Amino acid sequence: MSDQMSDDATASARVGWNEQYALHVNDEVREVRDAWVGESLLFVLRERLGLMGTKGACEQGECGSCSVMVDGELVCSCLVMAASAVGQRILTIEGIAPIGAPSDVQRAFVDAGAVQCGFCTPGLIMAAHDLLERSVQPSEIEIREELSGNVCRCTGYGRIIEAVQRVSVNRRAGAST
Amino acid sequence: MSAVVDERTSVGRLGDSITRPDGTAKVQGSFAFSSDLSAENSLWGATLRSPHPYARIVSIDVTPAYRISGVEIIVTAADVPGKATYGLITQDQPVFASEFVRHVGEPVAAVAADHPETCRRALGAIVVTYEVLEPLTDPERAIDGSHPPIHPDGNVIRHQRIVAGDVDATGEVVVEGEYEIGMQDQAFLGLEAALALPDPGGAGVELHVATQWLHEDRKQIAACLGLAEDKVRLALGGVGGAFGAREDISLQVHACLLALRTGRPVRIQYSREESFLGHVHRHPARIWMRHHATADGHIVKIEARMVFDGGAYASTSSAVLINGITHTQGPYKCANAVVDGYAVRTNNLPCGAMRGFGVVQACFAHEGQMDKLAVACGLDPIEIRLLNAIETGDRLITGQVIENVAPVARCIRDTAALALPDEPVGGHDGDPMRLPGGAGRTADARHIRRGIGFAVAMKNLMYSEGFDDYSTARCRLANGVVTLKFATSEVGQGFVTIAGQIARSVLGVDDVVLDPIDTGVGSAGSTSASRQTWMSGGAVNAACQKVLGLLFAHVAATNGVEAWSLRIDGSDVVDASGAFRLSVVEATSAISFDETVEYRHKPTEDLDENGQGDCHTAFAFVAHRAVVDVDPELGLVKVIQVATAQDVGRALNPLSVLGQIEGGIAQGLGLAVMEEIIMTDGRIRNPSFTDYLLPTFLDMPNVVATLIEEPDPIAPLGAKGVGEPPTISSTPAIVAAIRDAIGKPLDRVPVRPSDIIGLV
Repeated sequence: MSDQMSDDATASARVGWNEQYALHVNDEVREVRDAWVGESLLFVLRERLGLMGTKGACEQGECGSCSVMVDGELVCSCLVMAASAVGQRILTIEGIAPIGAPSDVQRAFVDAGAVQCGFCTPGLIMAAHDLLERSVQPSEIEIREELSGNVCRCTGYGRIIEAVQRVSVNRRAGAST
Repeated sequence: MSAVVDERTSVGRLGDSITRPDGTAKVQGSFAFSSDLSAENSLWGATLRSPHPYARIVSIDVTPAYRISGVEIIVTAADVPGKATYGLITQDQPVFASEFVRHVGEPVAAVAADHPETCRRALGAIVVTYEVLEPLTDPERAIDGSHPPIHPDGNVIRHQRIVAGDVDATGEVVVEGEYEIGMQDQAFLGLEAALALPDPGGAGVELHVATQWLHEDRKQIAACLGLAEDKVRLALGGVGGAFGAREDISLQVHACLLALRTGRPVRIQYSREESFLGHVHRHPARIWMRHHATADGHIVKIEARMVFDGGAYASTSSAVLINGITHTQGPYKCANAVVDGYAVRTNNLPCGAMRGFGVVQACFAHEGQMDKLAVACGLDPIEIRLLNAIETGDRLITGQVIENVAPVARCIRDTAALALPDEPVGGHDGDPMRLPGGAGRTADARHIRRGIGFAVAMKNLMYSEGFDDYSTARCRLANGVVTLKFATSEVGQGFVTIAGQIARSVLGVDDVVLDPIDTGVGSAGSTSASRQTWMSGGAVNAACQKVLGLLFAHVAATNGVEAWSLRIDGSDVVDASGAFRLSVVEATSAISFDETVEYRHKPTEDLDENGQGDCHTAFAFVAHRAVVDVDPELGLVKVIQVATAQDVGRALNPLSVLGQIEGGIAQGLGLAVMEEIIMTDGRIRNPSFTDYLLPTFLDMPNVVATLIEEPDPIAPLGAKGVGEPPTISSTPAIVAAIRDAIGKPLDRVPVRPSDIIGLV
């Protein structure tokens, strides 16, 4: 671990600690001030923009808890440098649906019993929305493969698969009527 | 900032599969976990940890760290104002190491600073000089005395024997085995996190923390801080899973101390690596067993020796050991036994509670033995288990008689009756994704072998060995609304759901409000040992029943009816004749009732020197059948299906029970084929989710489950705890299936590819 800052640096001399940039998050432009350049998108979303719905659980892109959409692509926000996401459209769990008016995927997770401790849930909601955007009728093996980047320690996954299948069925029923 | 569940629950009574009251907040990302809590002007805290498994601390120089801008304070053992050590059973674990470090990752100092990155740099600037010592890593050396004590309390945490019946009894058939269980991590997703808020002048502190037991934390924290318990207030920060790992203190004292010393709020959040170092794990164990049986398969005697590696500090090792040895026989009749059990201290990572708590280890061994016995007696795995299945009224090897409903034979038969998967190897479509190796597409379907395995478990519920085990609940009823208050940790299991169901069923109300979960009411005990449905459910039920009695007395007095004749019908109070009917809302429009109750289970006893005594409270039972596909060339396993019938007493919320069953089986699968903390010379080699493998969507098969509902008259609501049993016999069932597929003995978990191929 090499420090880019000498140990006896003063606050004013701290290099890379006063970054200013703007992120495009959930259809809003959000200013980030006096940030350390090394901060991850996960950290900035949570600690600088107050968007606490995105969770950190492994810090190395293995568990998917921190999943957000960046320019339409599902990514682990712990692996993205926040300052490198300038100019990209970021969608977080807070942008999925207004509080009190959950999306069909969110409702299905609650109804199917897909939530226990709920820590992995926002990341899984992001991944499930992404999957169901791309695939109208995913097979069970497809759901398993597509969501396998999101680890859940409580549920054993059965109810989550059930929730995704319910949404798929309901959306197709809605589309055909 | 509050992380409490404080919203109206959905309508539903006992037995309904209603959804969680916190579900919508959780799916929308607005539920506040402990890591989401912050406060104005707060600092970040971080912990400096030992790089050595065993060393003497020669000196600690914190001055270079103070030169880093943004660092507010650094604390070490010298700054702990109260008791220097903590622990659940014996207080042998230092808040900060002073003279010795006894495991890799042991806390040595803590820092508070303006940014996590400042903390990281400050930790790197603290200079600790160690004299490295030879670590004790072999549990047998802790027993044989060949390594000097690594702690003033010695290297044996507990030794306990069980001697039952005729120790000289023998059987015509004798089978023997040695089994090894690896160190498993709870791997909850929500990392350790807390927010400590100091009172003005440092008179006290408020801690918002993810924990399994608020009051026990408070007791230990207050002692270490040198504060009276009423000066330390705890509130439950949203808990991202627990599984045993939040029963011990981790960052609690550190966060409070930093906050008190700086006079500012302090947040601490562990990294994943730190989490592996900073909480206790499932004990690795070595178990030898010898079963004697009659030629037709009845167990005559069991001999066993169990060694649990407790790591550097005691935690709950002594209780884990007792659970292990008292479950030597599993759910089978056995009159004679000689069992020798040790929980020992080493310089490995500390071990303590994890879902299953000693019984996971015992079950892996006794189920391996049952399969060996079946072969030796010419029976199939189901026949041998049915032949020996324990029943209500049977005497255990501890002398304790099982008083609970004990539908072991039914668990076995119902599991065996569940449909086997109809899909052939590779599935009907021959998709290589369905083969062992999955997306790696490495397997040749023609070489895959399928196997089926069976296992059965018994699990004690609640606390044992004379512990004063109780839970507290408060019920208020006014205007037809029930408000419940309890300190029961909601860790994801769903107590907040069933608490409302109990109140609605007892009091005939629709609206139930849950007060914040904190130390503002008496202890609920720990969310562990499959105990909260029984204990806190019992407390909520008792408090509601007491309020119901007051309600009936009030209705009787004000309406000229007899209190004894009243009952709840839907949302109304009615009398026996049916002539009187008054809604609970109307009956409580001008009056309120408020009762607090402590619920206790029947007292238990210590074990004597021969391991005799009624040490346990109650038991639950379960059977599992696993179907696996194995690639014998690459040593890869795909679990195709797990079927189970579980004794639940009464399912208060069947959907919630199913969630516990599926989730528990996933953790059992993890231990069977992938999860292990690998220690080499006292050092952890895989403290990350890259290297510690957890079951994903692709590893977990479909679960077919049957709930066996025989309400237990001893349980307050007829309901048994359901959290632990799914984790226990799922592991040996999967390993039995792998043995069946490839014909190798496989006596350790997790089963590694090299075990299957035969490289080790």
